[in-house]
Amino acid sequence: MSTAVRQPPKAGGTGRRKPATLGQALGRALRDAMADDPDVHVLGEDVGTLGGVFRVTDGLAAEFGPQRCADTPLAEAGILGTAVGMAMYGLRPVVEMQFDAFAFPGFEQLVSHVSRMRNRTRGRMPMPLTVRIPYGGGIGGVEHHSDSSEAYYMATPGLHVVTPATVADAYGLLRAAIASDDPVVFLEPKRLYWSKAEWSPEEPEQVPGIGRAAVRRRGTSATLITYGPSVPLCLEAAEAAREEGAEGWDLEVIDLRSLVPFDEETVVASVRRTGRAVVVHESPGFAGPGGEIAARVTERCFHYLEAPVLRVAGFDIPYPPPMLERHHLPGVDRVLDAVARLQWESGWTRQQGDAGRGGGAG
Amino acid sequence: MTVLEQPGTYAPAPPPSWRPRADAAPLLPDAEPYRVLGARSDARTGAKTKAPRAGSTRTGAARTGSARGGATRREAETSGRAAEQGAAAPDAALLHRLYAAVVHGRRFNEQATALTRQGRLAVYPSSRGQEACQVAAALALAEHDWLFPSYRDTLAAVARGLDPMEVLSLLRGDWHHGYDTQRTRVAPLCTPLATQLPHAVGLAHAARLKGDEVAALALVGDGGTSEGDFHEALNFAAVWQAPVVFLVQNNGFAISVPLAKQTAAPSLAHKAVGYGVPGRLVDGNDAVAVHEVLTEALERARAGGGPTLVEAVTYRLEAHTNADDATRYRADAEVEAWRAHDPVTLLERELRQRGLWDEEAVRQVEEAAEQQAAALRSRMNQDPALDPLELFAHVYAEPTPQLREQAGLLRAELAAEATAGQTNEDEAGRTNAHEAGRTNAHEAGQANENVDGQTSEAAHRKSAVGGSASGGAGGRTGEETR
Repeated sequence: MSTAVRQPPKAGGTGRRKPATLGQALGRALRDAMADDPDVHVLGEDVGTLGGVFRVTDGLAAEFGPQRCADTPLAEAGILGTAVGMAMYGLRPVVEMQFDAFAFPGFEQLVSHVSRMRNRTRGRMPMPLTVRIPYGGGIGGVEHHSDSSEAYYMATPGLHVVTPATVADAYGLLRAAIASDDPVVFLEPKRLYWSKAEWSPEEPEQVPGIGRAAVRRRGTSATLITYGPSVPLCLEAAEAAREEGAEGWDLEVIDLRSLVPFDEETVVASVRRTGRAVVVHESPGFAGPGGEIAARVTERCFHYLEAPVLRVAGFDIPYPPPMLERHHLPGVDRVLDAVARLQWESGWTRQQGDAGRGGGAG
Repeated sequence: MTVLEQPGTYAPAPPPSWRPRADAAPLLPDAEPYRVLGARSDARTGAKTKAPRAGSTRTGAARTGSARGGATRREAETSGRAAEQGAAAPDAALLHRLYAAVVHGRRFNEQATALTRQGRLAVYPSSRGQEACQVAAALALAEHDWLFPSYRDTLAAVARGLDPMEVLSLLRGDWHHGYDTQRTRVAPLCTPLATQLPHAVGLAHAARLKGDEVAALALVGDGGTSEGDFHEALNFAAVWQAPVVFLVQNNGFAISVPLAKQTAAPSLAHKAVGYGVPGRLVDGNDAVAVHEVLTEALERARAGGGPTLVEAVTYRLEAHTNADDATRYRADAEVEAWRAHDPVTLLERELRQRGLWDEEAVRQVEEAAEQQAAALRSRMNQDPALDPLELFAHVYAEPTPQLREQAGLLRAELAAEATAGQTNEDEAGRTNAHEAGRTNAHEAGQANENVDGQTSEAAHRKSAVGGSASGGAGGRTGEETR
């Protein structure tokens, strides 16, 4: 679950860091996984000759042949269903779903078989299967090209749900997902495909494994809990927050990285320190990931909280058309507005010790 | 001169895609359900003992109609083929083997249905009437082949040699699945219709990529052919030329819905043509014919010849399950017509006609089937050892922290139950014990917050005892009921 992915330095590798995109790091992870393990097969729509619509699988068919990186018929249930059979025979399939909403035809296979096979067979038939799904909006996509579908997958026991926000995580988490004996829904934030960082493909840096969150920015005033496409947004909001408020807020930003398993430990430790929390995601708020996270934080941090845990999420509407999506997506202002509502004036918890408030005795 | 007129340019007129990519006619060799049993004597006497039609007059009529033009010629060809291939055949040893398997199968179906009435199985979708398909499917498989059954195909798994207790685990409800899939090469009984078909294709494809001579046989019903997964599986199998055989047991009904409301296709075998796959049509109550057609198709698949779709026309003599009432949707006369075409009767008649009927051998077969049923009965009448904590053990390779916490809670509840049970015995003080139990569970749940989800041996044993104390239908001893 939390095995760090170790990458032996390649012979002759310079290890020099240079700008790389998140999409390139994903492609490199697939390539290295295929080179290391002949049982790793990539399959999906347009992943072969074209290299995928986001070019993540570019070059794989050329390097490993059309059987290892296979263009399939256009049928997502069939892709996932045949991948189940391949995994039953000992392969380690990596499936690409072209877009979030196009993964839905495969939903029954995912829920009825992929997620349950280990449980059904008492551990005898694990499903070492990775389902890569580009998700989220912000790229001007027309209908069905911008959904945030993570809540459906999170609500399905037996699946791991992972989403990277950095170039290093894109590589490390995808390698961990492919190496995992559990099925992993690997959500790739579309609008971060082209985000860049200094990164060495020859010596990719080690990252924590699946199930571990990362504190992306240390702070003391409040914790922003987020993941995937909203991580850069929260970091931006944290910078802006220094200017806001009476004295300026020093916000901590947690990148969950893995929605299932959920790293309660890291989140709870942070909120107990800051006493305030906002969950930020694009997915609709009602019955969304933020509800679960807020409930867990409240249960574990109740006596440390200065204010209710707030959520900044997409509206509870079908994803809007591209010309209106900026009104739907959480932005810096909406995040800061939520931070401003964290009852900064109350400070009652701190007074509790001094003045003996609370506890129902007074 | 335009660009398109230059030599060597791409100027398809008409474009090549308008031409069929394969000749469709050879993909459908059977105008009538292929039969072996009785086919030679019919051919000699000129009698036609066709299998009765189930549920649908429309599809039946369409099928007869489509065959009408060349009916005589094609029927002669079909019968001729049976006569030709079966002049010496069906092999006596195979006949005896299939007869024994079908008799065992019938007895197994009866026993499982009885166990359901007694509350020992949660549900049993019987394959009574379909035993020929079930046993032929199992016996046609080579050792390294894989079987992908649906929930009505318990008998196929049993006929392949699996432990009936393990096969019935799903329907008993002590777990979702009971046998070792890797070792037996039988996939779990699949409940969502047709969803295991793509698995069969993927597994067969993977085996081929690895260079193994392995075929997969996937079972589905007439209702299942309407599911999207059926279509996608057929299409993937055809495109990849995967070594897989699809056996459609057309038993006339999807619960209550007859074939005519399921499809407008001339036959279910016709569906194969759309994928460029051969579609065979066979009398599903003729164990020899089904065995022969499946054996051929599996051999072709293993040899790299690609997939085959087989429609076996059969009939579900029982209701859908014990919870169903078949009299609401079909007439007794129809059922009676099919009883006359029973798979056991067909084999028996063949054996008698061939002078192969051996009373002593038959008695032995029946006795063995009876013993098998009795053994199943007595094992089923023992309460299973249940371990509630195992619920958390196989969700992931390693339980998540949240699952460990929940396992701790359940463990505490079990401990409280055990304490309460103890108190009950000691004082017969139900209310007090319940109260005490609740307090204990609450406290222990908090204390156990971070307990590992993997259960200890001691916990296994303890909860197994708890399971048998609470899980039984109570006080029944096995042997008196059947």
